[in-house]
Amino acid sequence: MDLAFTPEEQKFADDVRTFVRANLPADVRDKVKNGKHLGRDDYMRWQQALGKKGWLVYTWPKKHGGPGFTPAERYIFENICAEEYAPGIIPFGTKMVGPVIYTFGSEEQKAKYLPAIRESTVWWCQGYSEPGSGSDLASLRTKADKEGDHYIVNGSKTWNTMGHWADWIFCLVRTDSKSKPQEGISFLLIDMKTPGITVKPIIMADGGHEVNEVFFDNVSVPAANLVGKENEGWTCAKFLLANERLGIAAVPQSKRGVEALKDIARIEQDNGRPLIENQSFAEKIADLEIQVTALEYTELRVLSAMAHGGQPGPEVSGLKIRGSEIQQRITELTMEAVGEYSAPYLPGLLWQGTNEAPVGPEYAHLAAPRYFNTRKTTIYGGSNEIQKGIISKMVLGL
Amino acid sequence: MDLALKPEHKAFADEIRAFARANLSPATREKTLSGKHYDRDDHMVWQQALGKKGWLTYTWPKKFGGPGWDVTRRFLFENVLAEEGAPRILPFGPKMVGPVIYTFGNDEQKARFLPGIRESTVSWCQGYSEPGAGSDLANLRTKAERDGDHYVVNGQKTWTSYAHWGDWIFCLVRTNTEAKPQEGISFLLIDMKTPGVTVRPIIMLDGAHAVNDVFLDNVKVPVANLVGKENDGWTCAKFLLANERLGIAEVPSSKRGVSMLRSISDDPSMAEKIADVDLQVQALEMSELRALSAMALGGAPGPEVSTLKVRGSEIQQRIAELAMEAVGEYAAPYQPGMLFHDSNETPVGPDHAPPAAPRYFNMRKTSIYGGSTEIQKNIVSKMVLGL
Amino acid sequence: MDLSLSDEQKQLQEQAERFVRDKYAFDARRKIAATDRGWLPENWAQFAELGWLGMSLSEEDGGYGGGPIETMIVMEQFGKGLVLEPFLPTVVLGGGMIARAGTAAQKEALLAPMIEGKKQFALAWLERQSRYNLADVSLKATKEGAGWSLSGQKGVVYNAASADQIIVLARTAGSARESKGLTLFIVDGKAKGLSRRDYPTQDSLRASELTFDKVSVGADAVLGKVDEGFGVVEDGVDRAIVALCAEATGCMDAINAATLEYIKTRKQFGVPIGKFQVLQHRMVDCFTNAQEARSMTLMASLKIDDKDPVVRAKAASGAKVQIGKSGKFCGQSAVQMHGGMGVTDELSVSHYFKRLTMIDLMFGNQQHHLTRYSNLAMAA
Repeated sequence: MDLAFTPEEQKFADDVRTFVRANLPADVRDKVKNGKHLGRDDYMRWQQALGKKGWLVYTWPKKHGGPGFTPAERYIFENICAEEYAPGIIPFGTKMVGPVIYTFGSEEQKAKYLPAIRESTVWWCQGYSEPGSGSDLASLRTKADKEGDHYIVNGSKTWNTMGHWADWIFCLVRTDSKSKPQEGISFLLIDMKTPGITVKPIIMADGGHEVNEVFFDNVSVPAANLVGKENEGWTCAKFLLANERLGIAAVPQSKRGVEALKDIARIEQDNGRPLIENQSFAEKIADLEIQVTALEYTELRVLSAMAHGGQPGPEVSGLKIRGSEIQQRITELTMEAVGEYSAPYLPGLLWQGTNEAPVGPEYAHLAAPRYFNTRKTTIYGGSNEIQKGIISKMVLGL
Repeated sequence: MDLALKPEHKAFADEIRAFARANLSPATREKTLSGKHYDRDDHMVWQQALGKKGWLTYTWPKKFGGPGWDVTRRFLFENVLAEEGAPRILPFGPKMVGPVIYTFGNDEQKARFLPGIRESTVSWCQGYSEPGAGSDLANLRTKAERDGDHYVVNGQKTWTSYAHWGDWIFCLVRTNTEAKPQEGISFLLIDMKTPGVTVRPIIMLDGAHAVNDVFLDNVKVPVANLVGKENDGWTCAKFLLANERLGIAEVPSSKRGVSMLRSISDDPSMAEKIADVDLQVQALEMSELRALSAMALGGAPGPEVSTLKVRGSEIQQRIAELAMEAVGEYAAPYQPGMLFHDSNETPVGPDHAPPAAPRYFNMRKTSIYGGSTEIQKNIVSKMVLGL
Repeated sequence: MDLSLSDEQKQLQEQAERFVRDKYAFDARRKIAATDRGWLPENWAQFAELGWLGMSLSEEDGGYGGGPIETMIVMEQFGKGLVLEPFLPTVVLGGGMIARAGTAAQKEALLAPMIEGKKQFALAWLERQSRYNLADVSLKATKEGAGWSLSGQKGVVYNAASADQIIVLARTAGSARESKGLTLFIVDGKAKGLSRRDYPTQDSLRASELTFDKVSVGADAVLGKVDEGFGVVEDGVDRAIVALCAEATGCMDAINAATLEYIKTRKQFGVPIGKFQVLQHRMVDCFTNAQEARSMTLMASLKIDDKDPVVRAKAASGAKVQIGKSGKFCGQSAVQMHGGMGVTDELSVSHYFKRLTMIDLMFGNQQHHLTRYSNLAMAA
């Protein structure tokens, strides 16, 4: 056991940093640093730069075109990207559908879809939840009826993140309504330009638009777009959920968040002194940092176990629970630091990037919307109640 | 609406205080204030003094020999006694079996048992829980079989507080094994001197002996000792539990706990923690007063009093936790002599150090007994929220 | 000791309930929030007609002789409906401070029209650096002939755009953060040299940044005594806190009711999600938190007229700590139990959550008041 990085690993870290500094567009970096909202193009420019280097799909094995990073290299890569204010990699292609395709897909599917995911020329989104199927995903009702060499898809998906920017969607659909809920589900890839697909925005509590409802009205999908076997989509779904939970802890982003919080607490005043000198507040930040450290080392332990040949087990649910709580706590303390200057609501500045001057410091108008928006982290990707249910059943045997 | 006390209430508070100062033994008072354990006499001598004055059963209506006090007087009585360092009144007679007897018992039972409770000449204990029936109380299996004008009782009760001091025990027993669990239970009064009753101590994690197992082996109990109807004991049990939950919030002693914390710590970050628990106590007290005020306008304690029990127990635990935190590493030495005996040993560390950790350990029981926190939340969820 | 409402108070409660039911359905509120003012003149006129604008003022001041309990009753219902009319800045803060510190002439000029619904007020105390320290004031007022000249800035002033008069806390003597040397001025909302930047807040209220550039006022604009404004503003804010706590209590009742209804009807895994014990216990904790919030609000409302300022300050801070804690718990839990729907703009739950969040930040958050309470309790 050793916490120190080897000389090779240190060199790798330098390489990553040099690459990020040379290739991350300055305007994108500024937006991330100031907590502004990013547009589709902002993500794409960065992801395509990574794609050209072969690092976008940094979790993929070599044989599918990934760099085959060791756990230490992944850790270094993620942390340096976060430190350098790179945007988070959109997971739908790289961390979700990509691994499903290379694990369960046919050779043609691999040839057709993987290159565009590696290079970020196609934007993917996820069609899982439905209005009546949230935590109880297996109760989904969007139907796909076989008709010749096509499926005809009818139904609706919800909480679809960034679907308004997407080229393709991967969906769980019901292909057999007679069997048990989990057994009649299939995993289907659908081109968003297919006639019959409508995307309707859902406005969030902070006034933002990031999620949608997606309606399917007699959408015709080639049978060749089925991944894995018909009615065996639940296997893909479970595989994907376990993979998703790993990255969802967002440790590097939280480390960056703690640093940003400290910067704000150095600027904000409390009785004529920087807020960070207020003992109660300093203790709250310390408590948060310790939580982040505990999470980081737990994640490292899991990664190390996987490096010795293991799949992410159900205990990664614990990482998602703590990771999401920490993300929420960061936004809560940031809002506390900003104080009453969190109250002004400036939607123009927040959403349209207008030139409106902020009220108070630049970071103030983001504090409350962030706090409201981040409540989603304990709900999405399987709510924390569901994650605890998984641990209770699969790990503890209750 | 008004929080202010009327002049007659102020005079009343003074009267209680004078009484406590004249009648509470200094040794008992010292035990309360330093967190040491009482012996049987500490309780009995004090309770008999209250009994003589007619105040021991201070929650009882006049027609059963209580003082018939209004909500304000009860509130003052509890608070002044706590401030003066009186031990809490053991609830088994005055707050548990007494009200059951005057509500569900017959006239002979009232005449026979109530005076001994009012005067504290008889010490009662409670036979509810069993090894297999904790949170799921209705699952109890201690059997009482009718044999002429007697019941023959066989089984085991556990977690019986002060059974080793008890003259009588009130028990829930199964009189019908065929009916649904709640419907075959009866409420029985048993003399602890009856042959076949054995008491075995259970030593707690802090080393104290307060609770016991009680074994009942062919114990003969006269049918006259049945309270209410046969198989109708669950009604008494529910009535008693609701009554119990009200007093169990222990607000006055928690208020004393908060002052104790302030007296042993002046660290600023501790001060905020103490302020926080102080405010929790105030919120609980106001909630209790609101419940009592609603009851005074004619209402029985509703299931929402379960929340008082939940919060009350959390607060007691928090106070014990903070007291230990204040003591720091000097909480480590285990000094049983200082806790259980009137020994003249010199404590290691400050005077308030020896009981700190044992009290913290011991107070974990408060969220378990009298219906665990989880059970109380189930009750509120079902009865109040309709879930 | 008596904790029951009088018959008149019960009537007031029913009246306020009726107003919220009739005028503040969720969609109606959305429309009110989208208007220029952010509140409806016809509702304000109705408040005047119902006597609410003067109910807590004494009869000598032209009011109806009520007190903090009446304010509590109305504010609680306002919380249930997320009412947007500026009752707190105008009546509780402005009207209350003028009634307690104003001269006979000021009362006559301002209180009577306020009671009739013809004048509104705002309190400008916060500055960029103040955080929650009421004495951290640098806006300066200097002597100018018989009167004064005000220069400096104020921030997040609720209702400034609609206020006919703005009560401004200014430094007339002393150094930064000294409580002595602060003076309150009643400044006309349209005074020359006063400029505003108006904006909505997270919870759909209206507030402004104010810049004072040599704003001239007469000697008669001073509210209370020169250099001794701190006590007046501290007391005024404490009373506003108690009223705000009552509003929060109403918000909590409403958000809990909405959540309870949701978990009884939303089905997953073939059953209403309220059948899961994890959610049941969390719902019970919400219920308990709201009970405690109500208890502390009641305690504070009963003590806020106490003669002893320390008793008043402890009551207000104590209640604010509870409201911060309970409001956060109920708000966060409601969102969580609503799942994705809780983070959308579509349901009322996110709107209550936002209001509860902003209430915690207003006039000092939970941490600030815990420290204040702790210091007061230690000094006692």
